[in-house]
Order: sequence, then C-alpha cells, then structure tokens
Amino acid sequence: MQNTSPATLSILSSSSRTLLVCEGAWTLNHLAKIATELESYKAVSPIIWDVSNVTELDSAGATLWNLYSNRFQKEGFNSEIIGSKDDHLQLYNLLYPHPKEDIPLPKRRGWLYSLGLETHLFLQGIGRFLNFLGEAFVVLLYSLRHPSTIRYRSISSHIITAGFDALPIIAVSAFLIGVVIAFQSIVQLQKFGADILIVDMIGISLTRELAPLITAIVIAGRSGSAFTAQIGAMKMTQEIDAMKTMGFHPYLFLVWPRVIALMIVLPLLIFFADIIGIFGGMVIANTQSHLSYTEFINRLQGALPIKHFIIGIVKGPFFAILIAMVGTYRGFQVSSSTESIGRYTTKSVVNAIFLVIACDALFSILLTELKL
Amino acid sequence: MNPIVIEARDIVTCFGENLIHDSISCTIRENEIYALLGGSGSGKSTLLREMIMLGAPTSGTLRVFGKDIANLSLVEAQKLRQKWGVLFQAGGLYSSLTVGENIALLYEEYTDLPPNLIHELIKLKIDLVGLPPHAIHLYPSELSGGMVKRAALARALALDPKLLFLDEPTSGLDPLSSRQFDALIRQLRDLLGLTVVMVTHDLDTIHHIVDRFVLLGEKRVIAEGTLEEVLSINHPIVDYFFQKGTHGIQS
Repeated sequence: MQNTSPATLSILSSSSRTLLVCEGAWTLNHLAKIATELESYKAVSPIIWDVSNVTELDSAGATLWNLYSNRFQKEGFNSEIIGSKDDHLQLYNLLYPHPKEDIPLPKRRGWLYSLGLETHLFLQGIGRFLNFLGEAFVVLLYSLRHPSTIRYRSISSHIITAGFDALPIIAVSAFLIGVVIAFQSIVQLQKFGADILIVDMIGISLTRELAPLITAIVIAGRSGSAFTAQIGAMKMTQEIDAMKTMGFHPYLFLVWPRVIALMIVLPLLIFFADIIGIFGGMVIANTQSHLSYTEFINRLQGALPIKHFIIGIVKGPFFAILIAMVGTYRGFQVSSSTESIGRYTTKSVVNAIFLVIACDALFSILLTELKL
Repeated sequence: MNPIVIEARDIVTCFGENLIHDSISCTIRENEIYALLGGSGSGKSTLLREMIMLGAPTSGTLRVFGKDIANLSLVEAQKLRQKWGVLFQAGGLYSSLTVGENIALLYEEYTDLPPNLIHELIKLKIDLVGLPPHAIHLYPSELSGGMVKRAALARALALDPKLLFLDEPTSGLDPLSSRQFDALIRQLRDLLGLTVVMVTHDLDTIHHIVDRFVLLGEKRVIAEGTLEEVLSINHPIVDYFFQKGTHGIQS
C-alpha cells in the first residue's frame, strides 16, 4: 500500500541556505496550499529541495518544482533538487528534457496599426468582390454566346424557392407596413380634416419606397443567407472542387441561376407587396376614418401617378443583383471550417441589407435631381 | 517504357510566406498506379490539386498529356478536364442529386446520348464499382462512407477517362473495405488501361497496388521509384514513413 498522505512543505531557512523539505503525495489535488505558500515566499539564500520523502509525483508536482526553481534562480539564488526517486526523476526529465523557453506574448500593436490593417483588409475585400463580379460577368458573356449553357432548370427552381415560397412572409410584412403607415398618418391628417389624403400618402410612400425596401430586406435575410449557406456547404463537401474538375464553371452553375432568378422574382414580389400594402392601408382607412373601399380606390387612381409605381418596380432588379451577388460571393469565401459558414452568412446578410439601403438612397438622390 | 502522362518540373509553391514545395519534380507514366506520399503538411494534396488545375504552382511547369497546364485556353482546359476523373476525399458528390443523377450530369452536359442509353451507362458504372443497383436512386446523405467513395468513383469514371486522380481513397474505410477498394482500383487499371494517381497514407495500399510513388518531405522530393528502390535508401523520413524496423513494411 502506498502512502498517500497529502503533500507537505516545510521551509527550514538559514542565512547560508534554505531547505525546502517536500513530503507526501505531490499530486494535482494536494498542491493548492503549497503553491500559495510558495507564491508569497521570498528566498533569502540558495534553495535546496529535499524530495526524498515524496511518495507520489505527477505532472502538477513536477511543474511546481520547475516553476519555483526557475523563479528562485531568476531572483539570484541557486536552486537544486536532491534525493529524488528514480521514477520521479524520469517523469521530471520526460516533462522537462531541456529548459523550456518562455514564449513572449505577441507584441500588442498600437491603434494606428490596427486601423491601417483593417483599412487594408477592407480595401482588399472590395478588390476581391470586384474580382468576383468581373469573373462572373466574363462567364456570363461566354454563356450568352452559348445559350445551351444557361441553366434554365436551376433558374426556375430558384424562382420557386426564392420567390414563390416567399409570398406569405412578404404578404404579412407588406400588410403590416401598410397598416402602420395608415395608422400614423391618419392621426395627423385628421387634425386638418384632410383624411382623404391618406390615399396619396399610402399610395406614393408604399409603391415608391417602402414596398421595394421591405421586400428587398426580407429577401436579403431569406434568400441572401440561404445562397451563402448553400454554396458554403457545397464548398465544404468539395462539391465546388468536383464541379471545377468536371469543367462546370461554378459561377455558371451556382451564381447566375440565383442572380437571374432573383432579378426576375424581386420586381414581381415588389408588385405583390404594393398591392398587399395598399390593401392594409385601405383596411385601416376604412375602420379608422370610414373611408369606403370604393372611395379609396377611386381616389388612388388620381392620386398615384404611374411613375411612382414604375420607379419602385425598377429598383427590384438592382436590389436583386446586390443581394444575390453578395450572397453567392460570401458563399465562395467559406473555408473548410464549420464556423466560417455562420460567419459568412452573417456577413452576407449585413452587407446585402446595407447595400440595398445605400442603393435606395442613391436612387432617391438621383431621381429627385432628375425631378422624377 | 510507357509514355509519360504527367510531368512535374521544379514545382515551387508558396502560400503567402509559407513555402510548401521547394523545387519538386516527378514523372508519371501511362498505365501505372502512382502515389504521392508524405507526412501531414508535406504538400502532397496541394500537388494533386495543382495537377487537376484547382491551384497553380508559384513557379515550375506541369505537363499533363504533354500540355503545359499553365498556358491553356479555356477550351483546351475544358477538353483536358474531360480526359480525367477525380475522386475527392469527401466524395464531392452533389448532395442535391441522387447517385444516378450525379453520374448522369456528366453525360447530359458533355454528350448527346439519348436518355435510355445514359441510364444503361449509369447502371453499368454503378455495377462496375460494386454498388448495389438500388443505390442509383439514393442521395449521398443516405450512403455509408464506403458507398460514397464507390459512388464518387463511378462518377469519376463516367466519361471513361484515361487518367484517374484519387485523394485518399481508403481514408475513413474499415480495413476490409479498404482492401476491396484497392482490388477494385487495380482491376479497373488492368481492365480499362487507366493511369491512376493517388494521395494516400495507407501502407497496405502502397504495398499491394502502388507501382511507383514519390515521397515528399522537407518541402522536397525525398525519393521516387518503386517500393524496393525507395526502401533501399537510407533516409530518416523513409524510415519514419515506412516504420522500418517496427511493424511497418519490410523490404
């Protein structure tokens, strides 16, 4: 039976040398107290560790000896271990065959360095995206010259998943936006007795700005993220590599069907959102200010010039290109680690929504300047 | 001697500042089973990827079927790609398609064969690699590891390539399946006159079916030749890789 009494340390200090007598089992569970004791101990003379009565030793014990020996030596006192058993010595030599060097922490860089690095990476990212767009368009030109390479089946399946399947969520969002706008405006308009203007308000704001924006944001969250995740997963399972070696250009097979499908589908969804949104406003106008449906629609025909509707629809394909291109581009950036799918999916949605809003602002400025 | 199929001369590859290959040369001849060997991180998979144009070396020339693959036009590259088949480590089967559709894709893209002939061809390939007939309608997620490899092999063989690349064909298979797969590869080589290039760690595969190989290490070529030739070389990496003196291969 081995003696497993806990580790003890007695310090016998004199001016010529200090004896650290170690006894018992120097194992992980027993060392906490000794470590705190040694932590606060200041050496006054050369140290000798007497370990002849240590019954058990594990890596924690050996590490402790090594750590404090080194510390004492750094403080200028010699430190040696005497009386160690053969098997303990073997363990110690296995763990510390030669002195381990302290690896200095990586130097912390200043804020200026980080700023520069981030800027550099950002610009590099833009360059890569432009690169991607360039290659995609080269492939598109090739594909247009060889119409048999266009993936019609793939386009139609994306029209269904990105378009048709999105109808319910678009309907709900657009309806609620119509309701919200109507509610907020009616309160203000009633003060002036100008209830009927609610029709102009809803008609123009929805068709020109809100319906396209809401639709694009919902699609960015829904399809943009899906595109990234689908392509990212294909990259991880080496499907993209397989395509390349078979001579199927991934941009032709994966990017353009999604972009084209979204370009077809987004204007249609915006049109759908227009109708549902105006209907939402109409319901509220009817309940809150007793404006009948017939009256509303009659007024709408006069109050809503066709150009607002067309501007809203025309934005669709532009938003679609942004969302689909960013989504697929981020998908191709996924590396072989699983967490990168999550990272790039997040990035894709954030980028797409930002770009959609920026593009909408650009449209606003441009069209206002053009007096449209 | 058989004519040369792949010739690599002085390949240098860097990823950023990380040097992978420092002037690597090797020659692969027709109808042989050739392996790229080396420890983890020795750049053998990178070399394979460069051979199949998934990556480009920093410098050096790679000739496949006599053509320098660095200077190919789009059309030439496309033609060359149809002359080889690749079996990826993870299979690389398109997960949205069934096994049959995975194979059919190549015929639909590159040939004008009628559907019923394509169907027959698919059945033939599936039978050739030893998959049960019902596998044709299964999706990749419904296959076991060994079946994925076989299905991927069937797809790689679809266009009757003369050159077959295998990336760790037996990794993840149990020993018995591994040996069956080895036997299958050799049979296909003999039957179809293939040239096979593989990356592998499997000492049994090396022993049983590989004709010649190149051993990479320390960013360079340590040895190239048959097993006997290489085992006669005294080099620590050779000893280490083949576990000489322990339970590894004895010359």
